Amino acid sequence: MADATAGDGIAPEENRSASGLLLSADGTPLKNSIARAERRARIRAFLLILPLLAFVMVSFIAPIADMLFRSVENDIVADTLPRTVVELQDWDPASGVPGEPVFEAFYADMLDATEAKIHTRLGSRLNYEESGMSSLFRKTNARRLGRIDDTQPLAPQFEKIDEDWATVEPWAILKTFSARYTPGYFLQAADMKLTPEGVESVDETQQIYIKLFWRTIILSLTITCSCLLLGYPVAWLLANLPMKSANILMILVLLPFWTSLLVRTSAWKVLLQEQGVINDILVWIGLVNDGARLVLINNQIGTVIAMTHILLPFMILPLYSVMKTIPPSYLRAAKSMGANDWVAFWRVYFPQSIPGIGAGAILVFILAIGYYITPELVGGTSGTFISNRIAFHISTSLNWGLAAALGSLLLILVMGLYWLYDKIVGIDNVKLG
Amino acid sequence: MTESSDAFVEFERVQKSYDGETLVVKDLNLNIGKGEFLTMLGPSGSGKTTCLMMLAGFETATHGDIRLDGKPINSVPPHKRGIGMVFQNYALFPHMTVAENLAFPLEVRKMGKADIEAKVKRALDMVQMGAFGGRRPAQLSGGQQQRVAVARALVFDPELVLMDEPLGALDKQLREQMQFEIKHIHEELGVTVVYVTHDQSEALTMSDRIAVFNDGKIQQLAPPPTLYEKPDNSFVAQFIGENNTLDATVDSVDGRFARVRFNDGTLSRALAVNCGGPGSQTRLSLRPERVEFDANVEPDEEGVTGLVKELIYLGDHIRVRMEVLGNRDFVVKVPNGAEVSELRVGETAGLTWRAEDCRALDAA
Repeated sequence: MADATAGDGIAPEENRSASGLLLSADGTPLKNSIARAERRARIRAFLLILPLLAFVMVSFIAPIADMLFRSVENDIVADTLPRTVVELQDWDPASGVPGEPVFEAFYADMLDATEAKIHTRLGSRLNYEESGMSSLFRKTNARRLGRIDDTQPLAPQFEKIDEDWATVEPWAILKTFSARYTPGYFLQAADMKLTPEGVESVDETQQIYIKLFWRTIILSLTITCSCLLLGYPVAWLLANLPMKSANILMILVLLPFWTSLLVRTSAWKVLLQEQGVINDILVWIGLVNDGARLVLINNQIGTVIAMTHILLPFMILPLYSVMKTIPPSYLRAAKSMGANDWVAFWRVYFPQSIPGIGAGAILVFILAIGYYITPELVGGTSGTFISNRIAFHISTSLNWGLAAALGSLLLILVMGLYWLYDKIVGIDNVKLG
Repeated sequence: MTESSDAFVEFERVQKSYDGETLVVKDLNLNIGKGEFLTMLGPSGSGKTTCLMMLAGFETATHGDIRLDGKPINSVPPHKRGIGMVFQNYALFPHMTVAENLAFPLEVRKMGKADIEAKVKRALDMVQMGAFGGRRPAQLSGGQQQRVAVARALVFDPELVLMDEPLGALDKQLREQMQFEIKHIHEELGVTVVYVTHDQSEALTMSDRIAVFNDGKIQQLAPPPTLYEKPDNSFVAQFIGENNTLDATVDSVDGRFARVRFNDGTLSRALAVNCGGPGSQTRLSLRPERVEFDANVEPDEEGVTGLVKELIYLGDHIRVRMEVLGNRDFVVKVPNGAEVSELRVGETAGLTWRAEDCRALDAA
């Protein structure tokens, strides 16, 4: 062997190419040899993760990409009314109702659309921007269009179908939303709207999303804090009790995981309502007047109580696993040096448990900010989250574009908070065990 | 030094039980003088660490009094005892630098900033770690961490320092070096040290006195030479240093010496230390280096014959493993010389010793 001396601790002769690259024994560059030698291992590793990768791509990455796309996509106007969109390009809403060429193009487009029965779909899409558009397009149906005589001027005949066609508004909306990509959904999600004159805030009475986002963040923070306050002592007990008692306590901590989320949330309804267990007990021991029972459910208090309960294990477990690694000798050392119990805890134990707090807090906060079922069941109107609104737009109002925009904003918000968290706490300081 | 009048630390009739069924420490009486280096030595589970923890205040004595400088401390919480402590795994706070670790005991004592800095620097210099104040414990080697731990236990000038197997995690060479360093620091500062270890050579090197623990009791409390050369019972003889044992029956006791009879009927003489009267069983203890080969052993002398089983060459001396009176692990250390060349595996050889070196102990 060329480098038989290597084993004797003497530096082996190194083969080097002209350019200074290290060469292996047969003269190929060393880096290539490593790549070839480890290719099999890498292929095998890749094959092992392939099923999961495919699953994640199909079930997670693709839907998210689709959702992000839907929040700006707006093909429907340009696809349904291609000629009208072209004609409207040169039209200025300030100059009044558009001229005859626009009506001709619109008539032709609508004939095709009504034949394909897609004109009502366009109507409901435009109704998200301006109410009344849906019924306007439903009225402009195949039967009424059939009565139009295309040798006569079209504008008055459209006015006969619905007098709105003789006003500027529907045309202005058509022009504003004729682009294939629109910021409209995002603006809506931020309580603003796109008008022919530009971007403006919606009526104060109709602003709900910004308020909902704020409420979601603040309630999630409250839930995270109360989870920390309740979970920290429990985690400490878990980490410091003798094995046998700690196991029993651990089972109690994990017990909620074994019960259905719906059952647990419904149990809170029973406990928290005005004629419920908690109020009854408070009245019975005289803390609360029977006439002034506490309102604990269908508001923010209900959401905070129920979600704190549900998310508590996600705080306790990371805290526990970090505390388990802190040897009791640190506290003893601190005490032997003259620190009383509180100083020993605050200056020695607590700083070392921060990675657990970080992990638990981020886990609970991110779970809370996207939570849906519990706020829906116990939150009433004042305790619902942004995710409840997203669900409403997906399943009830069918405004998927807005739902997608709200979802994207939530995603951006969480990522932004994560970045902030990394800046302040440092993600390296997060430890799950 | 052992008089209770000037004892600095006193254990008086101390008992400790964790479960109320068995006593981990049974009736402990121990006086430690000011400035003394006392080692508690014993196998694991012998109660030595429990004693240390009771002194530090992390365990409460089930019964009895512990006094520090004359004052009972049973109900004083650990942080008010003012005792420095070095832990087995160092227990340096990982989120603080070395200097912050050392400053901690001074800060909780509300000392001024300038004072703290001066004291920290002095303590670090004492253990030759002056250049490492800004490092984190994780960036130090085991030996360096050990030094910092010692400095931290001493930085607030305690009069008593407890060390719980502080060198257990170090490799042999470093351990020996640290033994001397700790010994020198002790001599320099005149601080009282109570040291717990299960390593007998560590105990022998460092201590003024050693308390050998077994089964919750102090088996013997004595300076190292006494402990090695004059063990009181067969546990101490076996636990400290290398030891050969031979079982025998006491035939008669004659002043300091006893005449003992081996199982094969051979008679021998031994120092009567802890054996009963005539007829009782005894165990003889013989250090390997106190046994000599003698070609012409006569019966009824201090001598027997044995079968050479193995010769182990160790350079300056040879270890000869023999079978003597049923003991297959009887070891004799012979200095490397002409005498050795006469030994052959499988042959019998005569052994003699001085009656003073053969101690008749309890049969345990």
